[in-house]
Amino acid sequence: MTIRMIAKLAAGTALASLAAGHAIAQDNSVEVLHWWTAGGEAAALNVLKENLEAQGITWNDMPVAGGAGGNAMTALRARVTAGDSPTAVQMLGFDIRDWAELGVVGNLNDLAEEEGWEAVIPAALQDFSRYDGQWIAAPVNVHSTNWLWINGDAFQAYGGGEPQSLDELYAMLDAFEEQGITPLAHGGQAWQDTTMWENVVLAVGGIDFYRDAIIDANADALSSDTMREVFDHMTRLAGYFDPNFSGRDWNLASAMVIEGDAGAQQMGDWAKGEFLRADLTPGEDFMCMRFPGTQGNVLFNSDQFVMFEVGEGARDAQLAMASAVMDPAFQVAFNTVKGSVPARTDIDDTEFDACGKQGMAELAEAAANDTLAGSLAHGHAQPAAVQEAFFDVVTQHLNGQISTDEALERLPQAIAAAQ
Amino acid sequence: MSAASPTVSPASARIARFVIYGLLILLAIVYLLPFFVMLITSLKPLAEIRSGNMLALPQNPSLDAWGKAWGSACIGVTCAGIKGYFWNSIQLVVPAVTISTILGALNGYVLTKWRFPGHKLVFGLMLFACFIPFQAVLIPMARVLGMLGLSNSTAGLVLVHVVYGLGFTTLFFRNYYEAFPDELIRAAQMDGAGFFQIFWRILLPSSGPIIVVTVIYQFTNIWNDFLFGVSFASGERAPMTVALNNLVSSSTGVKEYNVDMAAAVYAALPTLFVYVVAGRYFVRGLMAGAVKG
Amino acid sequence: MTLTVEPSTPVRRHASLADRARAFLPKIVLAPSFALILFFVYGFILWTLYLSFTNSRILPIYELVGFDSYVRLWSQPNWHMAIKNLAIFGSLYIFFCIALGLLLAILLDQRIRGEGVLRPIFLYPMALSFIVTGTAWKWFLNPGLGLERAMHQLGWTSFKFDWLISTDMAIYTVVIAGVWQASGFVMAMFLAGLRGIDGEIIKAAQIDGASTFSIYRRIIIPLLRPAFLSAVIVLSHMAIKSYDLVIALTGGGPGNATELPSTFMYSYTFTRSQMAVGSASAVMMLMGVAAIMIPYLYSELREREK
Repeated sequence: MTIRMIAKLAAGTALASLAAGHAIAQDNSVEVLHWWTAGGEAAALNVLKENLEAQGITWNDMPVAGGAGGNAMTALRARVTAGDSPTAVQMLGFDIRDWAELGVVGNLNDLAEEEGWEAVIPAALQDFSRYDGQWIAAPVNVHSTNWLWINGDAFQAYGGGEPQSLDELYAMLDAFEEQGITPLAHGGQAWQDTTMWENVVLAVGGIDFYRDAIIDANADALSSDTMREVFDHMTRLAGYFDPNFSGRDWNLASAMVIEGDAGAQQMGDWAKGEFLRADLTPGEDFMCMRFPGTQGNVLFNSDQFVMFEVGEGARDAQLAMASAVMDPAFQVAFNTVKGSVPARTDIDDTEFDACGKQGMAELAEAAANDTLAGSLAHGHAQPAAVQEAFFDVVTQHLNGQISTDEALERLPQAIAAAQ
Repeated sequence: MSAASPTVSPASARIARFVIYGLLILLAIVYLLPFFVMLITSLKPLAEIRSGNMLALPQNPSLDAWGKAWGSACIGVTCAGIKGYFWNSIQLVVPAVTISTILGALNGYVLTKWRFPGHKLVFGLMLFACFIPFQAVLIPMARVLGMLGLSNSTAGLVLVHVVYGLGFTTLFFRNYYEAFPDELIRAAQMDGAGFFQIFWRILLPSSGPIIVVTVIYQFTNIWNDFLFGVSFASGERAPMTVALNNLVSSSTGVKEYNVDMAAAVYAALPTLFVYVVAGRYFVRGLMAGAVKG
Repeated sequence: MTLTVEPSTPVRRHASLADRARAFLPKIVLAPSFALILFFVYGFILWTLYLSFTNSRILPIYELVGFDSYVRLWSQPNWHMAIKNLAIFGSLYIFFCIALGLLLAILLDQRIRGEGVLRPIFLYPMALSFIVTGTAWKWFLNPGLGLERAMHQLGWTSFKFDWLISTDMAIYTVVIAGVWQASGFVMAMFLAGLRGIDGEIIKAAQIDGASTFSIYRRIIIPLLRPAFLSAVIVLSHMAIKSYDLVIALTGGGPGNATELPSTFMYSYTFTRSQMAVGSASAVMMLMGVAAIMIPYLYSELREREK
């Protein structure tokens, strides 16, 4: 028994080192680390897989869910430290830069030039897809976080127009309250709290204040009167939550809106996928609109496949995958399901629903008017350490652990300590 | 021992028995609740889960969710359920438990019957090793696995579990063999028995209870491990817990509670089986040594 | 390899070589395990210690910068919260596990019919990880979905159980789930201890007219001292390492109300890209463990000597 086990282990060892030794040979497979593990996202990713398999490339799936990608990043650290990077990794914003800085990512320049990526990817995305001018990642989509989702029936019953300001939003939420439903569905997790908070920052202070306070983390802006107003609005908005919001997953909050138990939800455009899967029609059964007070501005985040440095033998498969990610057909297939809009700007919007069309048009507009900014809650405004410092203060304030005064005092401190 | 004392009057004894049984049954119900909820939820259709009482029995019990969790639920881009990962875990647990138990037995044997100067320090260091927070070793461990060519493999994960299980297995066997009479060893030595012969012929045959304790402990820990699994064997070699997490904590789509719960019950079955079947020997094994220190 | 050993080598020397080899054999058997532990545990502890004096962020950097990360660590409100929570969680967890474990063991030790059925019921939670039971627990404790709602549906509308969502009380739900998981294990340890007690002592006390209560208080419980000690050690080790439990139930929230050192360390090392601060917290945790364990090990191993 013993000896057999030891022999087995030894054989495993030998096999593994054999495999490692063979990495130099032609390797027609890609290993993809991602956290799109279920539902429509996984189905959409399957489009990519099938595309590659048609070219004779094997797809080794490495899904790691949980912790909003946190577990996936742990797994990635282990793999990179082991000198055994996966081919491609789903990643957001500043994480991409951090990894690029370590010099462990690949180079897609030739492919990008050949396919003319520079012309079709918005500059704001290229800030993340390129490091020092070198293409390292293929962007899949552009999400936007400043959306409000409203139950169609509740909205009809309210009878007013789309709220254009925070005051009009409160009027609508009051009406929902009178209808006897939860006015605002919310999931009490740090990233969701901060998604709402960044919307309010944008609504109260406008895009310049957003850039000053969040992108530049200017200490004066962070403790300014405008910021006080932001926190006061957060307190007021929290009054419209149901008592059980703590720890709720965002899709369960969406479900409350879908089923009519709640009137509205502030959430990024990935929420649309939930509404569509419940067979609701945008504009009738549910409304999608920019978060009141943020019209004309777009807070974005973009999922990208970062290509890691792999052996020469695996390069061809990696480039084929990068090319397949940028394939317009995949970008349409994936984004119609995911609720996001394509990363490419040269894609026709006919396949998209009303909300998707609106999103695409507004993204182009915002890019042209320079009112496009990275989302803090989704890693496109600050590196992880600073981002989490924002999370701490915002979520503790929203949960009543600290007062507005304390929040204003702590925000610049926490951010300075994390930088 | 037992405390049913003969001096108490029959009436109050009956009341005492009543209270004891009542308390035990009440506590048993409380302890069973979480698992009961998992089980009945896995048998309900989704609509009933959403609208009904979580404690209510299913109106039309169905095994659909069980079939789906085992064979067709989507985890990432492959929709083949958790069965593959179940076998991954088995392939991981069997060698890891076997190796760490054997090494622990040998270590315990050396540390009690073949003492050398400094044996206490060695044991103390091995015991303290049980307390290292696993989160702190992930990065250097990944490095070492990479250098050994074991990155992202079951063999690597076996190594990790053996290393971090050694402290516990050594502790169990050391405490057990401590109580084993030295005279028997000496007598065997007189008869010319060597190191391994004594271990094999004299200690091992009477090690049943402690082997049960060690195997249960290691089996449970390794089967339930998530942190090492997700760090060192994500992907196709992923153990059960990693797959379960992928299934349960996916953030989009309708949450299929019944499938999640069925998958969770599958993940729990092997350890439950071991506890229920070997539970009696577990207490016996603890009696025989492990509680002493 | 060539055979250079002369056939005329004295037999005595052979024997002494073999003897020496035999004398070394136990050490040779122990050596691999010890080497593994030295390297993978103590080597890695030293590595972590080193890292805590660097400015490592996303991956290790080996340039020393002094005590900076310790200063950062102790300036984090999250860390203070984590320590406070560990104190609350750890003491309540250990206390209730032992109290409940002892109660269960004593009850089960009363010549109970059906002990074989009851014992695994109390023991089974230990077999399940919170990756498995987390969803059920979270559901159960959530006032809108679980126990509170179920009680309301059954007509008990004044029933209130909303600790999970309260920043002040959430840490106690973590204690509840933790006690549920580990108290059966403690029960098994005490049961083993009770079964090991010599019945004659009890009989003698009964003949002296001692009541059942005083027999337990004066004789049995003191005799269980080793089981108490083992239980405290096992439980404190589980309390310090508790990670899955918090992640599954609350994810550290609401706010940071259920942050523990283990979750702090993980998030700073892996999701917040402040690896040096994470390492510093790991070092602090190890120092805490050492402060408990070293005196215990010292006294325990000395005692054995006698």
